[in-house]
Amino acid sequence: MSELSIQAAAPAIPGRLRLFWRSFAENRGAVLGLGIMVVLIVVAALADVIAPHSPIEQFRSHFLTPPIWEAGGDPAFLLGTDDVGRDMLSRLIYGARLSLIIGFSVASLSLVAGTILGLTAAFAGGMVDIVIMRVMDILLVFPSLLLAIVIVAILGPGLFNAMLAVVVVTLPGYTRLARASALSELARDYVTATRCAGAGSLRLMFDTVLPNCLAPLIVQVSLGFATAILDAAALGFLGLGAQPPTPEWGTMLSGSLQYYQRAWWVLAFPGFAILLTVMAFNLFGDGLRDALDPKLKR
Amino acid sequence: MTTLMQARDIRRYYSVGSGLFSRKGTVKAVDGVSFTLREGETLAVVGESGCGKSTLARVATLLETPTEGELHIDGHPTTDAAARQALRTSVQMVFQNPYGSLNPRKTVGAILQEPLTINGRGNAREREAAARAMMEKVGLRQDQFGRYPHMFSGGQRQRIAIARALMLNPRVVVADEPVSALDVSIQAQVLNLMMDLQDEFRLAYLFISHDLSVVRLIAREVMVMYCGRPVEHGPKESIFAQPRHPYTRVLLAATPSVDPRHRKTTITIKGELPSPLNPPPGCAFASRCPYATERCTAERPEPRLIAGHAVACHHAETIG
Repeated sequence: MSELSIQAAAPAIPGRLRLFWRSFAENRGAVLGLGIMVVLIVVAALADVIAPHSPIEQFRSHFLTPPIWEAGGDPAFLLGTDDVGRDMLSRLIYGARLSLIIGFSVASLSLVAGTILGLTAAFAGGMVDIVIMRVMDILLVFPSLLLAIVIVAILGPGLFNAMLAVVVVTLPGYTRLARASALSELARDYVTATRCAGAGSLRLMFDTVLPNCLAPLIVQVSLGFATAILDAAALGFLGLGAQPPTPEWGTMLSGSLQYYQRAWWVLAFPGFAILLTVMAFNLFGDGLRDALDPKLKR
Repeated sequence: MTTLMQARDIRRYYSVGSGLFSRKGTVKAVDGVSFTLREGETLAVVGESGCGKSTLARVATLLETPTEGELHIDGHPTTDAAARQALRTSVQMVFQNPYGSLNPRKTVGAILQEPLTINGRGNAREREAAARAMMEKVGLRQDQFGRYPHMFSGGQRQRIAIARALMLNPRVVVADEPVSALDVSIQAQVLNLMMDLQDEFRLAYLFISHDLSVVRLIAREVMVMYCGRPVEHGPKESIFAQPRHPYTRVLLAATPSVDPRHRKTTITIKGELPSPLNPPPGCAFASRCPYATERCTAERPEPRLIAGHAVACHHAETIG
């Protein structure tokens, strides 16, 4: 009898990943998002090879050259050039690398910091919990971009400071999520059993509870990726993020704003790149959440 | 036989309602429990939901400190933190729900080795050997070592939980309703396993249950609790044969019996447990007791020794 039930359960380990993939693939948008993400990552990684020109090289004879399919296009500049003669395509490709780096560093930094804060709040309880969570509430009170602007204004403009500002702004989401899932796991008996065996707080936090809280945090990271890219681009657009000539998409947008009537491409392509990237990460994150959440399974 | 655990007048109070608009109150979850647990013996704690059984279990496993009273383990007091740390491994726990008591992200092997790792016992090879030996003892196969808890049935999971509790060679095992979440057919297997292990390791069990048929099988002594207080405490045979406290009688009468000749006249009681926030001044059971008199509502009965039972009832002699 027990032999039988175990035989039936045996293929569950390799099946788990496949099962996850099946419920993820059910969501067409999520697969599309994943596809765009993969393309973006490949493009960003191979930027040096793919890009036809240097992103900061100025071609003095080609100011505001239109894309190749427009009248007056130049085959050397597929997507045209900007107001100082830099190749749009190369800047977009290098911008992809920058945006992914921003997304990755911001998301992972706020994940680590938020998880540690949230777990500490859940484990310590009492005063520590109250202090941490009220500070997070205060951060949540301000509109996120406004708060980011304030932080950059204090630290000074620049890509690194803009990233720090976005980390601070996105921190409350991770902290609240980590605390909530840690609290629900802490009430379970396996935590009590480990405590009974004499485990210290650090082991309970990171070895026992954290692995069981990861699913919602992973989803939050994939969505936070998009937020980070968007916020960093917004700060760049406001002149507070990456500084010219860095080929950051938001900075590219703000630099070319004045040409939007006679050279649409300098504005449209960076905006389109931001849209595509943010949409891809959001679709992927949504799909991931649906696939990981057993409550949404049919 | 050596005394492994001795509780003297254990009390555990919780303060509640520290909110802005609610009055502060104290819940007396456990209110004066004493018992002695000897090597190889089983003390069953019986009572309905909310009577303080699980709080008593948490105090006995050193997860909570009693508000008042003394707990001695293996002859050592457990008052200061260092002593509690040293004695922690002597008391282990088996939980009610085997679906929640095993870490879903760890394999059986890792779950069994964890207590040894935490306490720094042995090296990696010795720990694995110990875990495999324990699996053998509780009737799990060696090839199940690397499997995850979700791949096991409820009965098998409870075996894993028992194996984990025994990894540290504890003297006392606190079992908080260890079979109530299992099928009846599996209950007997797990209970038999627990009794075999008790003989082999000379374990003492503090066995918490609300199922009297299970208690009848496994216990040597029975303590009946009501509203955080023990109302009757004595050897199993005489508690089942001649209960003295009206509440014990009600509990026994409520146990269904298949044999019609063994069916006792049903004593029914009305009402609910009194609120532990606002306990009545007299006997906590008085509001539901068919024998209650004025004295019962005014004066709290203290446990008295009657025919080998400690009974907390003013009318224990007249009822019997």
